[in-house]
Amino acid sequence: MFDWFAKIGRSSIDFFARFGREMILFIQTVIGFASLIPRPGLIIAQMYSVGVRSMLIILVSGFFVGMVLGLQGYNTLVDFGAEESLGVVVALSLVRELGPVVTALLYAGRAGSALMAEIGLMKATEQLSGLEMMAVNPVNRILAPRLLAGIISMPLLVAMFSAVGVFGGYLVGVDMLGVDSGAYWSQMQAKVDYNDDIVNGVIKSFAFGIVTTWIAVYEGYSCIPTSEGVSRATTRTVVYSALTVLGLDFLLTALMLD
Amino acid sequence: MPDNEDNLVKIRGLHFARGSSKIFTGVDIDIPGGKITAIMGPSGTGKTTLLKLIGGQIKPQQGTIHFHGENIPSMRTRKLYEVRKKMGMLFQSGALLTDMSVYDNIAFPLREHTQLPEVMIRDLVIMKLQAVGLRGARHLMPSELSGGMARRAALARAIALDPEMILYDEPFTGQDPISMGVLVQLIRSMNKALGLTSVIVSHDIEETMAIADKVYIISQGKVVGHGSPDEIDKSDSPWINQFVHGEADGPVPFHYQAVPYKEDLLAQ
Repeated sequence: MFDWFAKIGRSSIDFFARFGREMILFIQTVIGFASLIPRPGLIIAQMYSVGVRSMLIILVSGFFVGMVLGLQGYNTLVDFGAEESLGVVVALSLVRELGPVVTALLYAGRAGSALMAEIGLMKATEQLSGLEMMAVNPVNRILAPRLLAGIISMPLLVAMFSAVGVFGGYLVGVDMLGVDSGAYWSQMQAKVDYNDDIVNGVIKSFAFGIVTTWIAVYEGYSCIPTSEGVSRATTRTVVYSALTVLGLDFLLTALMLD
Repeated sequence: MPDNEDNLVKIRGLHFARGSSKIFTGVDIDIPGGKITAIMGPSGTGKTTLLKLIGGQIKPQQGTIHFHGENIPSMRTRKLYEVRKKMGMLFQSGALLTDMSVYDNIAFPLREHTQLPEVMIRDLVIMKLQAVGLRGARHLMPSELSGGMARRAALARAIALDPEMILYDEPFTGQDPISMGVLVQLIRSMNKALGLTSVIVSHDIEETMAIADKVYIISQGKVVGHGSPDEIDKSDSPWINQFVHGEADGPVPFHYQAVPYKEDLLAQ
């Protein structure tokens, strides 16, 4: 009975200790952004690694998601004679929800796991210790540019995903199913609101950029430096990122609709 | 314990534990400036941990580690990073940055900490590479180097900022006789030519004793003996004898702590 209580107590203390360590490291990393001002090259290199290299999977996925939205949207709307609103359905679905969420999930799988493995292996091969002993702070040199690059890259990737998705919906809806091209674009233009839809989508993408990149960076930095430790941390990165993105999406949507 | 002003590093009353496992229980060590000090002992005695404590990468639970009269564990992060510029460390794995060539690895600390023009950095890197015999390998990536070459490249990087002290973590482990000979020669010649203070953590007795000016033997959390290599060799301490002559049983028992053998066999 008391063992059970002790276990809960120990787990709670461990949880809060870990959370506290994570928050301290996060603040140190954000402070480390200042050290990147004279060295933009470090951020650009990481943006290439996490952003540009994720582009292909994001573009292809966005195109398919847009096509599926066009198909599903048309089949539902045509029953009500409202198929000319297809452009609005596709655009709103992408800009408000699917763009940020699906991009963040794909990013966590593609770039997040790679980031985590890179930092974890740097730890396992003593490269992080080596940096410390060369008087180079690994938080400023390794964590900060990667986190900042992720935060900048995510909204750009989300924008590409949504844009390509709109064209995917157009291809299916207009070119294949015969929806009027003018109606597709004009209704989209009339009904998609800059503040309610676009800005909210951008806010979500920034939030997802912060959490997915931070989870990857933290898991890499704090992993047990063995092959098993790195492997477990990679799994945790993808699972935690996916759950956090979905949970945070609900929270942000609720706040935005309020 | 001898105590004179020429000591670059002074360790007093060092206690360090990881969880319930006690690594050091009151260690006192003096590292004289300009000399080669060897810290030896069986595997698992915390030799690498000692280097990390000197480098300020971990903090002891108790005790002081003075470098140039300043206590490393109580330094603030900024100060610690300043002090580390005066130290170089050669890791057992080399710890070269794997996404950079040998040249860029050696240029890395210079680019991070100096405002020197690239032309001057190039000259410095070439001089360091020449010193370790790898000038021709500057374009290679760390994955293309043999173990011995990686350690030599890492040594060139460790001396890039002209530190006062170099910490060597098991520099001879896993090296073939030629590489080992090269490393022994390099450590000795660099110490002399650059006026460095060297701390070698090792369990390779022959090679380490050949170049050390002073030797400390650590076992089971304490310093069990210290002196010149000659004094260590002639010591009648059972701890030192067991280590230096490689005896399987002695003060460091052959058997890991366990219940009596008979009791274990008869247990259901």
